[in-house]
Amino acid sequence: MADVLLETKGLHRFFGGLHAVNDVSIAVTQGAIKGVIGPNGAGKTTLFNLIAGTIQPHNGEVIFRDKKITALKPHAVACRGIARTFQTTKLFSHMTVLENVMMGRHCRTQCGFISGMLNLPRTWREDKQTREKALSILKDLGLAEYAFETASNLPFGRQRLVEFARALAMEPQLLLLDEPAAGLNIYETKELARLILWIRDRGVTCLVVEHDMSLVMAICDDVVVLDQGQKIAEGPPRAVQRNPEVIRIYLGDSDA
Amino acid sequence: MTHLRRYIPVIAVALGVIILQVVLSGTRSTYYMTQLTMSAYYALVVIGLCLLMGYAGQISLGHAGFFAIGGYTTAVLTTFNLMAYRDTPLVSLCRSLGVVVQRQDIYGADILAFSPWPAFIVAILLTVIIAFMIGLPVIRLKGHYMAMASLGFGLIIYRIVLGGRIFGQADGISNIPPFKIIDGLEVNGRAAFRVESYYIAWFVVLAAMTLAINLVHSRVGRALRSIHENEEAAHSLGVNTYRYKLFVFVLSALFAAVGGVLLTHYNGSIGPSEVTVTKSVRYLVIVAVGGMANLWGALFMGIILNFLSLRGVFGSYDDAVFAIILIAIMLFAPEGLLRLPRLRAKSPLPSGGTNG
Repeated sequence: MADVLLETKGLHRFFGGLHAVNDVSIAVTQGAIKGVIGPNGAGKTTLFNLIAGTIQPHNGEVIFRDKKITALKPHAVACRGIARTFQTTKLFSHMTVLENVMMGRHCRTQCGFISGMLNLPRTWREDKQTREKALSILKDLGLAEYAFETASNLPFGRQRLVEFARALAMEPQLLLLDEPAAGLNIYETKELARLILWIRDRGVTCLVVEHDMSLVMAICDDVVVLDQGQKIAEGPPRAVQRNPEVIRIYLGDSDA
Repeated sequence: MTHLRRYIPVIAVALGVIILQVVLSGTRSTYYMTQLTMSAYYALVVIGLCLLMGYAGQISLGHAGFFAIGGYTTAVLTTFNLMAYRDTPLVSLCRSLGVVVQRQDIYGADILAFSPWPAFIVAILLTVIIAFMIGLPVIRLKGHYMAMASLGFGLIIYRIVLGGRIFGQADGISNIPPFKIIDGLEVNGRAAFRVESYYIAWFVVLAAMTLAINLVHSRVGRALRSIHENEEAAHSLGVNTYRYKLFVFVLSALFAAVGGVLLTHYNGSIGPSEVTVTKSVRYLVIVAVGGMANLWGALFMGIILNFLSLRGVFGSYDDAVFAIILIAIMLFAPEGLLRLPRLRAKSPLPSGGTNG
């Protein structure tokens, strides 16, 4: 049994009267790709936001590398080694692609206000390293030619890749991908599947919220199914696919 | 050495400043230098506000308040007569350290007051503390709410100044001594010191510009811009957004206070007109017309508009001119005020960045 990298224990979150996440406990194995699926409004993104610290759970805890990260703010969670991408790509649209990816190095660099204002040698040495690292990641993802382009000028699919590059620049242990295939065509989705597998092979554990079943079946080692805030199934993709409960929520009752 | 390219405009402006002085002295019109010096100090406020608004995207309508905290602190300390406390141990000690000095006021009476350097240091520390305390709650607010809160702060400072006897109420404080920075170099409004004071002011402005330019090109500058663009994404990348916004708020207040202190010593006086909301609006307008995330634009607009205003070109329509500019921006470039079009710092990247 491989190590557990991330674990949630009995997470609860309400939005007014809505029980958006109801007693969800999941475990993500180091080096695995875990999928989170479920119909719209099942609480998938809320679960992500709870893990990333964007919102706080009303009950339960999140454990990352054996340490509790439940009450931490998003920036602290990020610096612990959890990167994320967003359902709707959130690039810094007026900044260049390179600057976007350089932002991913924020936690891995140190220079503050004073050394920045004085432009000390260590400031520009660090900046040079940041730039080189960012360029090499862009190269890995085939985005080198766009480095000096303003982010918002890129086509949608490329923007999503830049968001991946930015997240990878953090050198995270865990990558949270919120519907990475949303809005991509079949070809781009296949490319994305290869990319996620490649990221996993570089040692980054992935947790993927996804609607696209073909993608989930192709890449995930393990899938958890949410419906109305509750976990209703968990296991290898093939087994989950045959689970009658899962078929019911996706296709409806046979006697409906 | 691409990162040195950003200093070219600094050197160019420095040369321009020298040429202007030579021309003005040559044509016997050195009186223009007085307004150029004053404009330079106002430009310090604008540079700080440009960092806060243009880069970090946080609106402040209270920066005249920070300017006043700087100016009034030094004004009070350097004019409050300690003669009555002459024999107390504390005052004697300060006197022997040179922190408190004896001088004559304009009527020839002896007064005992703090000398400008310690007053300057106290003014700066006080501004940092107040900006920090105001910033703690205000920075949590977003957009218009932050603008309103900072406006409230500005109004409070205005009322304190207007109501406080120690601040001279509506008359303000006068008879403030010149600021001798080192022997033979002083910020002094008298005609004999005009050229000297002009160079000091511009040295300070260009130093501030250099610090600001370095900052916007650094890791911190990138983080500030990222907060402006998408706070949630910045947060998710590990940027402590609250802390960065607070720090840049304090920094911009600091710039304003330095301007306030030096201008007060230059003018020899300060009054409540420096603290009005229209002054705060004026700074904001200048940053907006300068192009928001554009330090040089803010500097040039700051110098030009303040110079014209101080020369009396706008006459009694002074505040109206700035209001009209503000309305025009809102009408024709509202993006420029709340959500700016050009966030990209002019990057020194295009060549030499990749070939190491």
